[in-house]
Amino acid sequence: MPTNAPEPQPASEVSDKGAAAVRFRGVHKAFGDNVVLRDLDLNVEPGERVVIIGPSGSGKTTILRVLMTLERPDGGTITVGGRHLYHEEGRDGSLRPAGEKHIRSVRSDIGMVFQHFNLFPHMSALENIMLAPVQVHGKSKSEARALGLELLEKVGLAEHANHTPGELSGGQKQRVAIARSLATDPAVMLFDEVTSALDPELVGEVLSVLRDIAEEGSTTMLLVTHEMGFAREVADRVLMFDQGQILEDGTPEEILRNPQEQRTKDFLGAVFEH
Amino acid sequence: MTAAPPSTSISEAPAGGRHRRWYRDPGRLVPVLLVLLGFAVLASVEAPRGRFRTDVIAGRDEAFSFEFAVSIIAPLGRGLYTTARATVLAFTITLVLGLVLALLRRSGSRLVRWPAAFVIEFIRSTPILVQFIFFQQLVRAIDGVSLGAVQILILVLGVHYATYASEAYRAGIDSVPKGQWEAAIALNLSPLTTWTRIVIPQAVPNVLPTLGNYLVAALKDAPIAGPVLGVPGILFAATAIRGDTFRQVEPFLLAGAGFLLVSLPAAWLVRRLEARVAYERT
Amino acid sequence: MEDLILSEGQYRQLLVGLRVTLSVLGWSFLLGVVLSLSVGVMRLSSNRVVRGVALVYVEFARGISSIILLFIMAYAIPILFGFQQGSRLLLASLALGLNMGGYGAEIVRGSILAVPKGQTEASIALNLTPFQRLRFVVLPQALRIILPPFGNLTIEILKGTALVSLIALTDLMQVVSIIRQQQLANQVSDVTGLFVNVLMIYFVIAQVINGVFRLAERALDRRFSSRPGDLPTLGGPATAAAGAGG
Repeated sequence: MPTNAPEPQPASEVSDKGAAAVRFRGVHKAFGDNVVLRDLDLNVEPGERVVIIGPSGSGKTTILRVLMTLERPDGGTITVGGRHLYHEEGRDGSLRPAGEKHIRSVRSDIGMVFQHFNLFPHMSALENIMLAPVQVHGKSKSEARALGLELLEKVGLAEHANHTPGELSGGQKQRVAIARSLATDPAVMLFDEVTSALDPELVGEVLSVLRDIAEEGSTTMLLVTHEMGFAREVADRVLMFDQGQILEDGTPEEILRNPQEQRTKDFLGAVFEH
Repeated sequence: MTAAPPSTSISEAPAGGRHRRWYRDPGRLVPVLLVLLGFAVLASVEAPRGRFRTDVIAGRDEAFSFEFAVSIIAPLGRGLYTTARATVLAFTITLVLGLVLALLRRSGSRLVRWPAAFVIEFIRSTPILVQFIFFQQLVRAIDGVSLGAVQILILVLGVHYATYASEAYRAGIDSVPKGQWEAAIALNLSPLTTWTRIVIPQAVPNVLPTLGNYLVAALKDAPIAGPVLGVPGILFAATAIRGDTFRQVEPFLLAGAGFLLVSLPAAWLVRRLEARVAYERT
Repeated sequence: MEDLILSEGQYRQLLVGLRVTLSVLGWSFLLGVVLSLSVGVMRLSSNRVVRGVALVYVEFARGISSIILLFIMAYAIPILFGFQQGSRLLLASLALGLNMGGYGAEIVRGSILAVPKGQTEASIALNLTPFQRLRFVVLPQALRIILPPFGNLTIEILKGTALVSLIALTDLMQVVSIIRQQQLANQVSDVTGLFVNVLMIYFVIAQVINGVFRLAERALDRRFSSRPGDLPTLGGPATAAAGAGG
């Protein structure tokens, strides 16, 4: 994997057919003096399921947040499905910062599920799910309702359609949040420590929904998680992330069973001890 | 609460000021001192007398005459001074009566608490203009009592804002954690000591910005007394000029500008105080 | 306290004034709400110019005395802009509405800032437009925080409406002055009856405003709990999970 590409890549290379689902090139991000992404390069293939592990504060969540446009990178380029996320291409292949409209159009390929659910408390579970299909995708209310009920059924919450988030348990909330994100039919789904805020006994129900999505196989998934057993079971690839950089990159077997780097060993030791 | 460690002099303020008493914190002391200074000056010095110049006459078809505007600055300034002075005097009533009302409102007896609550709510939710006129008529109707317009303004304005201040005091007192009261009981402090050494020192910093806001609000209500009671304040001056010269653009615009000249810095001081308190709370 | 009850004719006069008071209140409230929402949002704009304009307006509206603003509106503005026939009632409502907008904008701004950041992030993740985020996600939640202080603000505007009597509008207060003149002409010395009556009218309106805002708060709160009947056809009886909150 190339490690020396801080400058924007020529557009021709990026718009190749069969482009990566997600591609980071020299992405840099710092909060003050704290560098959280250090010239990051990363390719994720369509349909690939990538689990990102690493100590807290290592910047792994920032990868997802930058991809979701919740944080702007300080430098580098990101493409989604072959299209630049933060840049627009001129005719001569040069890149200039993208406007809101362009970002919105690329962003429609991405969905995200949050650690703290971020459900809208003033809407019922069903209304949470229906919002984007109606407002963003122009579906009719009845179509959106049918879709919402179908998704609620899928996550096992059909009978909670009318309940508001305040009336649901943490695991139920997170399942609604997953359904809400599925309703926008994203090609790439980001899962940011989606089980960390849950009581231990509720983790299983959420993981089983994630497993279902993974089994369908068409959605590209990027997951930040501390659930190593789940990572081993679901992931095609595991990234060990530390100090703003990818420390190790390999199959779950390679990284979790047989880590090469000392810092990975320390991290896994701490996690499994726990 | 402990005093500042001896190594920290007051002049090198910011760091480590968390545990200093609020009056040793320049960020709060300066606004309070400025307000007190303004208080003292306004309370002790009366506006100079004198009529405005009538020799500057603006052209009839001029919508706004700059020359004329300049010529009326002096009387408007005097009026503004009178308005500010009355506000400040009224606010001394507000500060004291507000505390009394707050304590009545917290009384253990319902016979005290409920009427106090009603009076506060009643005065708060009815127009001060009506209260001005009511009080003026009342005073006129009673034999042997004679109050000047300014005195009526001071009394009514002071009482009106005392009802607001009482709620601020109440919130301030309620903001002192229950544990503080319990600790005072555990130490067997007398009620007086509890109030003066434990509760009030902790409540005051939280109440100050709110009281400051009400002082600014009272200043904004004070000009009403001009046209209603005949207090020679800023609006009265403007109306008088209008009556004398038949020009109404300059006096009212200038009155507005002059008023902002006083109220904006005052509001700015209050906001600094507010930010300071919010910062200390975090 | 002999005559707390006024004559029927006097009540009829008061009713005429009340109508003017209420229409001034209505217009200024309407303008105040529109200004509060738009300027409150503008205060949070990413555009510096927009933010600056909003800030200047807020400082002006909150800094100026409403009575002076009223006099400027009634006497200076018509001459400066050359419309001598302007409706006094609308000019007065404009003054009070401008005043209310300044305070309201700061309330709106504070409430928007109080909505958790995750809510905006989730709506970005759903690809809503900035306007949709505001309209469907942020404002409905901010409204809960906005309502109580807005109730108080509306009562302040109600109190402010009495000022319009000073620019020769026959509102409630002006009618009171007229009745008082009649009383003085008839050598009625008791002023308490008349003023207790009019103060009570203001007090009652204020309590009604309070009540309306309380009801609105409660209606909003109901949106945060489940809504039976919204979904008639579900697979099974939708009764489960009543105690599932954790």
